[in-house]
Formats: sequence, C-alpha cells, structure tokens
Amino acid sequence: MADHAHKLEILRGLVKFKSNTQKIWGVLILLTIVTTVEVILGIYKPHSLIQPFLGMKILNWIFIILTIVKAYYITWDFMHMRDETKALRRFVVWTAIFLIGYLLYILLQEGGYVFDVYDREYIKRDF
Amino acid sequence: MDNTVVSTGTEGKTWGGGNQPLKSSYGKMMMWFFIVSDALTFSGFLAAYGFSRFKFIDAWPIADEVFTHIPFYHEPAPMIYVAFMTFVLIMSSVTMVLAVDAGHELKKNKVIVYMFLTIIGGLIFVGSQAWEWATFIKGDYGAIQTKGGNILQFGEYVEKDGEQVFKRVALRDFAVASHTDRVQHESKTGIWFTSEGSLPSFTVEEVIHGLEANTDILVRTQLINEDGEKTVLSRSESVKQIKDNGKMVVEGANLQVNEYGTPLFADFFFFITGFHGFHVFSGVVINIIIFFNVIIGTYERRKNYEMVEKVGLYWHFVDLVWVFVFTFFYLV
Repeated sequence: MADHAHKLEILRGLVKFKSNTQKIWGVLILLTIVTTVEVILGIYKPHSLIQPFLGMKILNWIFIILTIVKAYYITWDFMHMRDETKALRRFVVWTAIFLIGYLLYILLQEGGYVFDVYDREYIKRDF
Repeated sequence: MDNTVVSTGTEGKTWGGGNQPLKSSYGKMMMWFFIVSDALTFSGFLAAYGFSRFKFIDAWPIADEVFTHIPFYHEPAPMIYVAFMTFVLIMSSVTMVLAVDAGHELKKNKVIVYMFLTIIGGLIFVGSQAWEWATFIKGDYGAIQTKGGNILQFGEYVEKDGEQVFKRVALRDFAVASHTDRVQHESKTGIWFTSEGSLPSFTVEEVIHGLEANTDILVRTQLINEDGEKTVLSRSESVKQIKDNGKMVVEGANLQVNEYGTPLFADFFFFITGFHGFHVFSGVVINIIIFFNVIIGTYERRKNYEMVEKVGLYWHFVDLVWVFVFTFFYLV
C-alpha cells in the first residue's frame, strides 16, 4: 500500500491540503456548509425563490444542484473516486448518470402528462 | 503433459494478460459494480416517487407540515430533526473514511476507534429513523377522508403577530364524543378469516357534531393554491363538504390511509426510507463484523486493510443515497 497516493486538491486546486486526514475534515466542513444552507433555505423558503423556472421552482433547482454538489464530494473524496483511474471513474459515473437521467426524463414527463389528463379532461376527483 | 502450451508468444503485449487497466483490485471493482446497480434500484424508486408527485403536483403533502417533530420538544419545528439525522450520517461517513485512512497506514488501534464511532453513528441514525416512523404512523391532528379518497383537514384562523394565520386543530380538541356500540371486529368474535385494524377514536358523526358546535373551525383541502399553501374552504362550504362527502376518520399514516394527504406519499415514504434504513442496518452489521476482524488482527496479519476500504465504500454509498432521499422527501 506504499504506492497509495492521494490527490489532495479540491475545488479545482483552490484549496490544497497537506495530508489526507486534513482533506477529509475539509470536505466535512464543505458538506456541513452546503447542508446548513439547504436547511436554512428549507425552513425560511424565501419568497423571491418560489418563482417557477424551467418547470420547477427556483428553490427546488437550488436544492437539486446543492445535492449533486454534495454527492460529488462524497463520491470523489470519501469513496476515493478522485484517486481511481479515469476509466473506472467513467464506467461508474457515466453509466449511472445516463441511465438515471433517461429514467427520470421518461417518468417525470409521463407524470406531468397524467396530471394534465386529470386536470383538463373529464375525470372527476373532487368528491 | 509436455505438450501443454505454457507460452503463447504474446507475453509483454497488451493482450498477453496480466494487465490491470483500471488499477483496482477485484474486490473493490465488484463493490463498485454493486454500488452502481444499487444506485439504479434507488433511483428507480425515487423516479417512481417523482412520477406520482408530478401526477398529483397540485395536491401533494407539504413535507414541512408533516415532519415537524423533535423528541422532548412540543412546538412544530420542521427540518431540524432530519438535519440532525443527515449530520449524524455524514459524520459517520467521515469516521469511516478516517478508518480507511488509518488502515492505509496500518494503524490498528486507530482503525478500531474510528470503526467503533462509525457503528455508533449508524445506530443513532437507524434509531432516529425508527422514531420518525413512529411519529408519522401515530399522526397528530387527524383528518376526514372523502368518498373520492381526498383528505379534509381542520383548523381555524388565529391572530399571530398581527396577522391571520391558519392553525391546525386536532380532532380530539373539537369532536363531540358520544356513546357508540361499534367495536373492533376481531377474528375470534365473528368469521374467523376476517378482522380489522384498531378503530379511529371518533366516528364521522362525532366529528360533524363537533364541527357544528365550533363555528370557527374550517376545512382545509389537499389542493395547493398560488401561494404554495393548502386551500381553506369557507365555513358553509366546510360543513357541506364534511356532511356530503366525509366517509372515514383517519389518524396517522399507514399503507392504506394518510392523514397528511395522498396515501401514495406515505407508501413511498415507508418504502424508500425503509429500504434505505435496511441498507443502514445491514451496513452496521457488516461494519460490526469487520470491526471484530480488525480487533482479532486479521488484517494486521494480512498487512492489508483493504476489507475496511470495501465496507467503507458501501457505507459511503448509504450516505450518498440519504443525501438524495433528504432532498426529495424533505426539501423539494
């Protein structure tokens, strides 16, 4: 295990840590900040962020982006994806992203369509 | 067997074998394969949840009104408890990765301490989830379900900081209790193959009497208005809705009914957080096994702590899934 080298930079080299242990604590701080922001936005739900944008509230887009940021750091630093070869990284990440994205697109599209049918056509739900 | 070919003539060439293009051990690769497939399972569930939510986009329960409980504290406080759970899980992920790091340096005692902390974190998380389930199943206000399966909740307008705020009222605070002969049907008292669950504390008639006696109480429907709040009916409309359509008293949530709104919400909540909780539980069990292996020195003798790294991958994956469950059940 002597050849086990860790890449110690996060945020594209903006923050560089001296040791792997230090990097772990650094990533914990980052994840805590992101989670705190999410919780605060979730409690107060600022009125300016409720407007719809691309089919969803802006606030929901912020939550989803912050979630993906957290997922990135968990995978890259806690699961050591940063230290794996490029090929392994791509096998895992691209496969998952492609299949999940496709499934989400299909199901959400269909869900919206079913809502429209209930909403506009002659199906009564209000009884 | 001197005619066995031992040399293929391709030694040293790319296709000669012995290559490790991914520079990863078999065990770690298989753990990654498992994680990808398990991620697809979870995203299948979450996508199905998204489908149902988009289908009922104008009537979905608001999570901040459902998960408002904190142990030993009786004011509604959304998000706080689940934020605590999230932090516990992230923290146990950190101790796990510190255990992996100590394993690389072959420091047995450090690995033991960090693995122990990881297990404790996992147990706190599973315990919190059990408590969250229990409060959700128990419910807090109660509601009336209509013929069409819609949920009607009760509340009244109260003055708070100079503003009129709609405050929920529990059934037990206004329903007029009366004597009833209706008892729970058990298999021993009638046909042996039928029975029913425990009866709600009130009947629809008792709720109607209570509603007529308390003229301030209004009905709130599932429909979400432009402000992102549930629609409150006028007084006359409230009484009419309950009298015409009220069919059943619902308290708490289970797989059939849900006092907070559509039963699908409860179904998905139980199924997805249950499946995730099962992963946490099995992660804790696997961690305990590896923890004892570390203590008896299995990996010390192997001079290799890769096993800790493999269970670590699984443990981080459980954390990764929770990050998404947290977003889609509690935030969005």
